[in-house]
Amino acid sequence: MNDVMIEAQNLVKRYDGFTAIDNVSMKVRRGEVLGFLGPNGAGKSTTMKILTCFASPTEGTAKVNGFDITTHSLEVRASLGYLPESTALYTDMLVLEYLQFAAEMRGLSGSDIKKRLKAVVDETGLGDVIAKNIRALSKGYKQRVGLAQALIHEPPILILDEPMSGLDPNQAVEIRDLIKDIGRERTVILSTHNLAEVQIACNRVLIISKGRIVADDTPEGLRDRAGKAHYSVTLQKPTVHQGDDSFAKQAEAALKSLPGVEAARLLEDEAGELTYEIVPRGNDDLRPVLFKAAVDKGYTLLGLKREGQNLEEVFRDLTTGPAATPTNTKAAA
Amino acid sequence: MQRTLTIAKREFRGYFNSPAAYIVICLFLLMMGFFFWNPFFLINRASVRNMYDLMAILLLPTAPALTMGLLAEEKRQGTIEILLTMPVRDAEVILGKYLAAFGLLAVLLGLTLAYPISVSTLGNLDWGPVWAGYLALLLEGGAMLALGVLASSWTDNQLIAFFTSGMICFIFWVVSRFLPFIPQQAASIVEWLSFDYHFQDIVRGVVDSRHIIYFLTVIGFSLALAFRSLESRRWS
Repeated sequence: MNDVMIEAQNLVKRYDGFTAIDNVSMKVRRGEVLGFLGPNGAGKSTTMKILTCFASPTEGTAKVNGFDITTHSLEVRASLGYLPESTALYTDMLVLEYLQFAAEMRGLSGSDIKKRLKAVVDETGLGDVIAKNIRALSKGYKQRVGLAQALIHEPPILILDEPMSGLDPNQAVEIRDLIKDIGRERTVILSTHNLAEVQIACNRVLIISKGRIVADDTPEGLRDRAGKAHYSVTLQKPTVHQGDDSFAKQAEAALKSLPGVEAARLLEDEAGELTYEIVPRGNDDLRPVLFKAAVDKGYTLLGLKREGQNLEEVFRDLTTGPAATPTNTKAAA
Repeated sequence: MQRTLTIAKREFRGYFNSPAAYIVICLFLLMMGFFFWNPFFLINRASVRNMYDLMAILLLPTAPALTMGLLAEEKRQGTIEILLTMPVRDAEVILGKYLAAFGLLAVLLGLTLAYPISVSTLGNLDWGPVWAGYLALLLEGGAMLALGVLASSWTDNQLIAFFTSGMICFIFWVVSRFLPFIPQQAASIVEWLSFDYHFQDIVRGVVDSRHIIYFLTVIGFSLALAFRSLESRRWS
């Protein structure tokens, strides 16, 4: 069985004179939750519109669930659920009517509709508003109706355009957790410009800038990209040595001498806690080494943390740096 | 086909989910009532002959009002994005929307049957021409709705769709009244293209297949153009 659910090859979309996306290629495998990241106007929505057959590419092709987007558009659309950026729903319908409509449009019939309606209503927590007019719903609930609509036919692929934008933090967390759940069994592409969401919800990140893909990596990989991770170790100061600096120095020297450690220095000495910053030599995870060393020396370990570079910085580098400005396109920012 | 009906059902119900359909129906019936009964007793005949002309005129603003939002509103709201990413053909979308509007037209015309029925209680009404008149109205109204769907596919502004289709329908309707001013050779073609030429013939009881084919062609052609217009979004 082929595990590649979405495969795009050199997609180009030009609106007279303006290149919205330029040579976008990607592969998304079954079970991946792919975060599609980029500043506004970078081409996220355009790419999604092409994959959902709402727009046609100027050049290039893509396969979704094994079907070509131009020659087998109906099959492509049958295999995916889509939540567009606008989450525009028919505001003159009740939630139940709308979901019924979606189910019928998806070709479900009779008893299947009832079963699936119940399932998506449970899944998206719409039980309380099922008999309400869509017009009267809050943004968060509208978003859920949009998700329910996309899930009603149990599609193997979900494409969600900014599913968490415009929500308050609580709603955003709920929707994010929901997407995480959904992503266990399905392939999900979600676009966002919120980096925290990507770190939590996605297991792969694609960064697009000015119509081009500038990075394709795991969230951890992206962080490691700009700078090495470093560690912070907090040890308890033994009471017997109170008021005496020799323990701090001893520990520092011990940490420095560990294999894979480039440098160690004391950051803080406060309330009986000593915090050290450790800079590693390679990319291996040093946490096991640090823990064992502490145990061997009889130190009381209070904290051990691996700190990566902030994703925000990587994002800024990639989308504003030289890599973000392809020379052969004049796409306006 | 199933999806066409699903869309038609949704749109038809949508008409009654807002006051719009009620307002249109009420206005239509009120104006009908006024203009129908006003000269009725002057003529003093149990005939509904002039009712069809009256209804054809009233349909000129009514049909565009029924169709203006069908696609324009979907585009303005963005709901079209979910609709067209469902596994449905563009043609099924157009046809479903058209069927909904046609259904409402049928309801509207059905309500006006009150007139021939009440007239038949006043005197001896010949029902044959009545059915011919209603067939003519369904055909001409159907053509107007198809032009309306086409106009609605061109824009995301309901008002523009309303006036565009209103204007096109008006031209199709009025052009037969300007025949004396049109050069002889062109006049017969223009006459044949006008709604009224075919409409009047059917109302007179000449239910010729040519007239039916004329209206069906206008409907088919308009819907095909609407389909092209909807499809073109993929490339723009």
